[in-house]
Amino acid sequence: MKSKSIFMTGLLVAGIGFSNVAAAQDTIKVGVLHSLSGTMAISETTLKDTILMMIDAQNKKGGLLGKKLQPVVVDPASNWPLFAEKAAQLLEKDKVAVVFGCWTSVSRKSVLPVFEKDNGLLFYPVQYEGEESSKNVIYTGAAPNQQAIPAVDYLMKEVGVKRWVLEGTDYVYPRTTNKILEAYLHLKGVKPEDISINYTPFGFSDWQTRVAAIKKFGSAGKKTAVVSTINGDANVPFYKELGNQKISAEQIPVVAFSVGEEELSGLDTKPLLGHLAAWNYFESINTPANKAFINQWHTFIKNPKRTTNDPMEAHYIGFNLWVKAVEKAKSTDVEKVLAALPGLETPNLTGGTAKVLPNHHITKPVYIGEVKGDGQFNVVWKSAGEVPGDAWSDYLPGSKDIEADWVTLKCGNYNKVTKKCSGQNFK
Amino acid sequence: MKQPGSGGRWLRVLLPALWSIGHVYAQAPGDTAFLSTLGELREATYSDKAAIAERLSQTGHRSVRAVLTALMEDRLSYRNSDQKIFIVQTADEDPARLIDPLTLKSAGSAPADSLTKIGTNNSLRHTLRTVVAHFSLSSPDAAVRLEAVRDMLQSLDEPTLDLLRKRLPVETNGAVKREIQTGLALATLDGTDAKARLEAVATLSRRVSQDVRNRLALLLDKSPDGSFTEPDEKVRRAAAAAVASIDEWRGFYSGIETLFFGLSLGSVLVLIAFGLAITFGVMGVINMAHGELMMLGAYTTYVVQMIMPGHIGLSILVAIPAAFVVAGLVGVAMERTIIQHLYGRPLETLLATFGVSLVLQQAVRSIFSAQNRSVITPEWMSGSLQLNGALAITYNRLYTVIFTLIVFAILLVVLKRTRIGLDIRAVSQNRAMAKAMGIRTEWVDAMTFGLGSGIAGVAGVALSQLTNVGPNLGQSYIIDSFLVVVFGGVGNLWGALIGGMSMGITNKLLEPYAGAVLAKILVLVGLILFIQTRPRGLFPQAGRAGEDK
Repeated sequence: MKSKSIFMTGLLVAGIGFSNVAAAQDTIKVGVLHSLSGTMAISETTLKDTILMMIDAQNKKGGLLGKKLQPVVVDPASNWPLFAEKAAQLLEKDKVAVVFGCWTSVSRKSVLPVFEKDNGLLFYPVQYEGEESSKNVIYTGAAPNQQAIPAVDYLMKEVGVKRWVLEGTDYVYPRTTNKILEAYLHLKGVKPEDISINYTPFGFSDWQTRVAAIKKFGSAGKKTAVVSTINGDANVPFYKELGNQKISAEQIPVVAFSVGEEELSGLDTKPLLGHLAAWNYFESINTPANKAFINQWHTFIKNPKRTTNDPMEAHYIGFNLWVKAVEKAKSTDVEKVLAALPGLETPNLTGGTAKVLPNHHITKPVYIGEVKGDGQFNVVWKSAGEVPGDAWSDYLPGSKDIEADWVTLKCGNYNKVTKKCSGQNFK
Repeated sequence: MKQPGSGGRWLRVLLPALWSIGHVYAQAPGDTAFLSTLGELREATYSDKAAIAERLSQTGHRSVRAVLTALMEDRLSYRNSDQKIFIVQTADEDPARLIDPLTLKSAGSAPADSLTKIGTNNSLRHTLRTVVAHFSLSSPDAAVRLEAVRDMLQSLDEPTLDLLRKRLPVETNGAVKREIQTGLALATLDGTDAKARLEAVATLSRRVSQDVRNRLALLLDKSPDGSFTEPDEKVRRAAAAAVASIDEWRGFYSGIETLFFGLSLGSVLVLIAFGLAITFGVMGVINMAHGELMMLGAYTTYVVQMIMPGHIGLSILVAIPAAFVVAGLVGVAMERTIIQHLYGRPLETLLATFGVSLVLQQAVRSIFSAQNRSVITPEWMSGSLQLNGALAITYNRLYTVIFTLIVFAILLVVLKRTRIGLDIRAVSQNRAMAKAMGIRTEWVDAMTFGLGSGIAGVAGVALSQLTNVGPNLGQSYIIDSFLVVVFGGVGNLWGALIGGMSMGITNKLLEPYAGAVLAKILVLVGLILFIQTRPRGLFPQAGRAGEDK
């Protein structure tokens, strides 16, 4: 994989050199900042291909502002400091008009200072923990109120869950999300003894004790559910152990925020049957736009078995928004595009529209799906209309007074009580 | 868990139909009606499907149980060409073996993509399970009956109780009888007769399940107005004693459970350390590619499953010798080409084998892709052995413990009782003397390394059932295996066994209090302190070889 990416980058560098002479004025450069090697390559390579597919399609339609789009792909290799270096390279050396990239929160935090210093524009496509709003980033993935909170609401109202296990991998996204969820559950009248929060290390595989504890916690006579922010690999042995200890989705359902079609494609889905996932997109949702997208993807990637997933749709939306903004601003200048973005709308793949909000998040529909035997999801609940993304959670004491508004306030963290903007790097 | 509303109403409608089954069996009532109702399942929404299932069960047709069970297990499909509904023998097989829903006889087979599955969701499956449980109560298989009664205990209502009361006198199996008695006693607690309630409490006090305990504890609760929910003082006292006794037993069983968790974690540690105990312990080679040899074993399991898709249960047993051979051959090749030139230079060996580990990882990435591979767990290894209401042991862990002990016994026999074992020990104790006695030390080195590597491969087969099979599998276990070997005492199989087991048990004893992250750290800190005071581990090797190292 690594050699391939080096080869590709080589090709692109050669291409850039070439175009400098011939057609420098006729292309718009689009940066793609996704890991093509290392641990995150599994997920991020797909997103790189998605953007290449979108660029390809746009060029076939005649490009943008009469110019061809030219992708500049770099490989930050799942190495967080390297993300910042590669971002600087894209912005300062290649002078790209826009960057689509990052997956983990730590990689986003790593490139943030670079984008703010060089005044770049980043479209970030993954669900994340919120508590951030940068002038230079458009967040096309879900904030906690577009994924975690609706999922908890669903379990509380539709399934009648009274007792909660918040099970996560020990890092920033689960810890922040669980902090928000805990505050939310307290607000809804759930007693502290009915909430159990636990963290396990990355790649954890010996789930016996944890699952036995969940079983015990869940046998107190009240309907119990597990809200899982368990990351990646550790999910497989977790669900296997649930199956072995005979905890079915009917007894104690597990709702996951990081398990999607791509993750399920490498698994034996038998033990997962009926467990839940909350996303803003499912491949199984049957709309003409989604069908066309899946077909386009299969043709582009030359493999009819490849799945589509939520972050791919986020990139689809992000790319279309950027194109619209450039067309509206009649320029690729970051300031002009950023001014054009808020209020722009583009259709989702699953129906409805995504609208850019002043806080640089977008509106998204929320879906809850049950895992089916074929590794796809069966949608059991959808939000009424789109939910606007909230950058600063209303349920955390530190952040409920903070507001992000890049249109009127021109600030990512305006404190409504002290009436002060504490600058980009508010903590 | 109780769903008195819809489930109860349904059952009341259903039961007369159930009773009629036996009597009108021969008439096979309304095949056409049954089929047309069945056909509606194709287009229905989930709540409609529940209603259709209800109507199906009312037909009293002899196939109802088979069809509803199939629907619950995702094995009900229709053929795209003619929309005809079939039961599929095994879920997700290709080609699927079809069963006719009317006659329940084989109806040939069809490729999986020519069929469309009739989907279910959690609430539909939950309802189906309750219905199917009623049918299963007359199953000839005691295990099925036991499962059925346990399902019925989740939602006890009058029709269900009726069914249980009628079953009790004819039930022959002791365990099933006991569960039925539990159910009836639980229901009696809601009754008005204080004496009957007292008897029920006495019956329930000998159970250990959490549900029973919760129900008994409810008797001790006070209503908002300050009066007890249970009016009779004697019943209350009996219930309090029963809850205390159940809690005591549950505490005891949870201790046993923790011990078993520790043993099973320990046996994984031991298994991954055995190979290293030979290559590192006996030969003194620091083999950083040990983890990748385990990874090869895990991938061998995957390949074997690919080769024999119809025999998943058997594939694991075939994979064990296959993994031994694959990893063993790679080990011998490593020894012959690289390690033999580096004996006595531990630092270079470490670097060279680390390089080999990277090469092996990349090779696997190139051949199988970076994505994890899905190794299917065979039927006989999933699920758990329910010993009583409080204690269940998962099969995959149980087999891992047994498997580790078998591997240990075989290794002991090979090292102590065979010619090659004698040679291995001779070379490791005094190479020059062994050579002088006519032992081909180079050949023995290759065989020893091959044996250690092969055992690593076998450990990989076990790991494929417990964790993810991917290129990084080895990396996550290499440190643990070195720790066990160093802790147990280098060059000692018993040391690896005792060391691994005690690490596993300590970890699991700490985990409920400290959490998984802290428990692991505490074990590591303990290990460091131990090595400080006893640098040669639990069982230091005696004699000359021990002193050389």
